[in-house]
Amino acid sequence: MQRKQKLTRNTAYFVPYTLWIVLFVIAPVILLIYQSFFNIDGQFTLGNYQTYFTSSTYLMMTVNSVWYAFLITLATLLISYPTAYLLNETKHPQLWLLLIIMPTWINLLLKAYAFIGIFSQVGIANQFLSFIGIGPKQLLFTNFSFIFVAAYIQIPFMVLPIYNAVSELNPSYVNASRDLGATPWQTFSRVIFPLTLPGVKAGIQAVFIPSLSLFMLTRLIGGNKVITLGTAIEEHFLTTMNWGMGSTIGVVLIIAMVIIMWLTGGSKRRPRKGLTK
Amino acid sequence: MAVNNQPIIRLTNICKSYGDTQILKNINLELEAGKFYTLLGPSGCGKTTILRTIAGFTDATAGQVFFDGQVINDVPANQRQLNTVFQDYALFPHLNVAENVGFGLKLHKVAKAEIETRVQEALKLVQLADFGDREISEISGGQQQRVAIARALVMRPKVLLLDEPLSALDAKLRKDMQYELRDLQQRLGITFLFVTHDQEEALAMSDEIFVMKAGEILQGGTPVDIYDEPINHFVANFIGESNIIPGKMRQDFEVEFVGKRFECADAGMRPNEAVEIVLRPEDLDIVAADQGKLVVTVDSQLFRGNYFEIVAYDNDHNEWLVHSTNPADEGTPIGLTFDPQDIHVMRLNESEAAFDARLERYEDDDE
Repeated sequence: MQRKQKLTRNTAYFVPYTLWIVLFVIAPVILLIYQSFFNIDGQFTLGNYQTYFTSSTYLMMTVNSVWYAFLITLATLLISYPTAYLLNETKHPQLWLLLIIMPTWINLLLKAYAFIGIFSQVGIANQFLSFIGIGPKQLLFTNFSFIFVAAYIQIPFMVLPIYNAVSELNPSYVNASRDLGATPWQTFSRVIFPLTLPGVKAGIQAVFIPSLSLFMLTRLIGGNKVITLGTAIEEHFLTTMNWGMGSTIGVVLIIAMVIIMWLTGGSKRRPRKGLTK
Repeated sequence: MAVNNQPIIRLTNICKSYGDTQILKNINLELEAGKFYTLLGPSGCGKTTILRTIAGFTDATAGQVFFDGQVINDVPANQRQLNTVFQDYALFPHLNVAENVGFGLKLHKVAKAEIETRVQEALKLVQLADFGDREISEISGGQQQRVAIARALVMRPKVLLLDEPLSALDAKLRKDMQYELRDLQQRLGITFLFVTHDQEEALAMSDEIFVMKAGEILQGGTPVDIYDEPINHFVANFIGESNIIPGKMRQDFEVEFVGKRFECADAGMRPNEAVEIVLRPEDLDIVAADQGKLVVTVDSQLFRGNYFEIVAYDNDHNEWLVHSTNPADEGTPIGLTFDPQDIHVMRLNESEAAFDARLERYEDDDE
C-alpha cells in the first residue's frame, strides 16, 4: 500500500520532465520528419530525399560539414586536453574552470561580432601582424578564422568533461605506472588517456554534433565560403522557403548525430567503477 | 653474483619538509638484502613518506638515498629496480588481471611468450592461477591485494615496498595475508619494506622493526628487542600493552617504584636517577594478596577470549593492567608477582645510540 503510494508520487516527479521532452524534443522531431516528406507545393513526396542523395551539391555539403566539424573538434580536443590536464595540477582549478566557462555566458552573436573586429583589416590581430613585420593579412572570411572562432566557442564544452575525468583519476595509478617502469609518455598513453577516454568521448559528442550544424559563424566569420548543412537549412527555411528540403537536411543531420552518439558511446565492457576509488 | 655485506638500501640524513612543516627529520636507515623490514608508527609519522622517497615518488629535501651502493636521488621512479604495492592497490581498472600483472613486462619489451609464463607464475605465487581473464572490478578486495603483489613481484625487484597493503582487509583475511606475505618473502628472498600502523602486524612479520614518531625513527631492532626493551614511553605504549610507572634507580640492578625496592636486570644509570618502569600485563602473575610483591585492588575485567584483561589499582592510584588466564573477583585485593627480568627500566629522553651503548656496556659487565 505504502509502496504503491510512493510509486505514484515518484511517477509524479517525472511529469514535468516528460512533458518537456514530449513538447520540445519528440514533437519537433516528429514534425520535422513529417515535414521532410512534402515538397515546396505541399504535396507528399520522397523527392526531397532523392534530391539530397543524388545531388552532388548536397553530398559535397555533407562531406564539407563533417570535415569542418571534424577539424573544429580536433582543434578543440588538442587545446582542451592539455588545458584540462594542467588545470587539475593547479592550486585553484575551480577558479580557472570558472574563467574558461565564463565566455559561454556571453551570447554567441556578440562573440562573433567581437571576432569580426579582432580579425578585420585594422583589427588587433592585423595590428600585431604588422608590428612583427608580417603585414596585414586577410584573416576574416577565411577557413582558418572560421575554425579558430568555432574552436574558441566550443572549448569550454570539451574542457569540462575532460577535466572531470582527469580530476577523478586516482593519482596512485600514475605512481603505479611509473613504479612498473613506464616513462611519462607511456604512463600517459597506457594509463591516463585510456582512463580519461570517457571524458574525451563526452567532449567529442558535445562539440562535434553542434559543429555539424553551425550556421551563423559560417556567414559572419567564414564569409559564406564554408557552406555547411547548417547554412543550407537556414537558406531553405528563411530564403528559399523550401521547408520540406530544409527538414530533410535536418533529418539527415539527426541521423548523423545518432550515429556519432552510438560510435562514441562505446561499449561499456569495462566498468569505470574503480576510477573514483 | 658477488656476495657483499653492503646494505641494499641506505638512507643518510634524509629530511623532508613542505614549507615550514618537517615531515622527516634526519632519517638514517640501512636495509640488508633478503630481510623483512617494517616501518611502524601512527598515521602522519612520515613512514609512507620514507617509502615514497625510496620509490622515487617524492624527492627528499636533504640527504641521500643509496640503492646497492649507488646514490639514486636523481634516478626517476621508473628506472629504480624496486616495486611498490600501494595501499589502495592502484590496479588499472581498464585492464584485466593478467594485463595488470603483465603491464610492467610489456613496458620492458619482454617477449610475449615470456610475459605469459611469468604472469602465470606470478599469479600462481599468489594463488590466483585461474584469475587471469577476470576484470579488476569482478574480484574481491583480498584478490585485488594479491594481484597488486603479483604485479610487483613479476618484475623480480630487489626490494619490494609495501604501503599498508593489508589495512583495507578484514581481520581474518589480514591474518592469512600476514602468513602469506612472510612466506613469500622467505621463499623469494626479496627485501621487503613494509609500512604499517598495526603493531601486531609488525611484530608478527618482521625481521626488524623501525618505530617512528613525528618524522623520526625512535628505535630499530628485532620485534623481540623492541617488545622487551622499548627505549621510551612512546615505544612501550605503542608496541603491545604496558604498565608504565615512574620510579627511581637506586643503584645498578635495583629500582624503586610504588615505594618499594625491587631487583631488576637494568644498569648503567646515575644513582637515584628518575626513570620509568615497564611491566607487561602478561608478565604479572596473580597470587594471594599476602604473597604478592605488589597488592592491588581489582576494579574491572574483560573476557578477551584467550585471557582475562584485568584493570586494578594500587594504593597510590596507579593503574595496573594484568592479563591472566583465570578471572579475578572485582573489588577484592590481589597480589602481583613478577621476575626481576620482567622489569624494564627506561631513562627519560635517552637517544637510541646512548641506549644501545649503555646496554652493551652493562651486558659486557655480566660476562
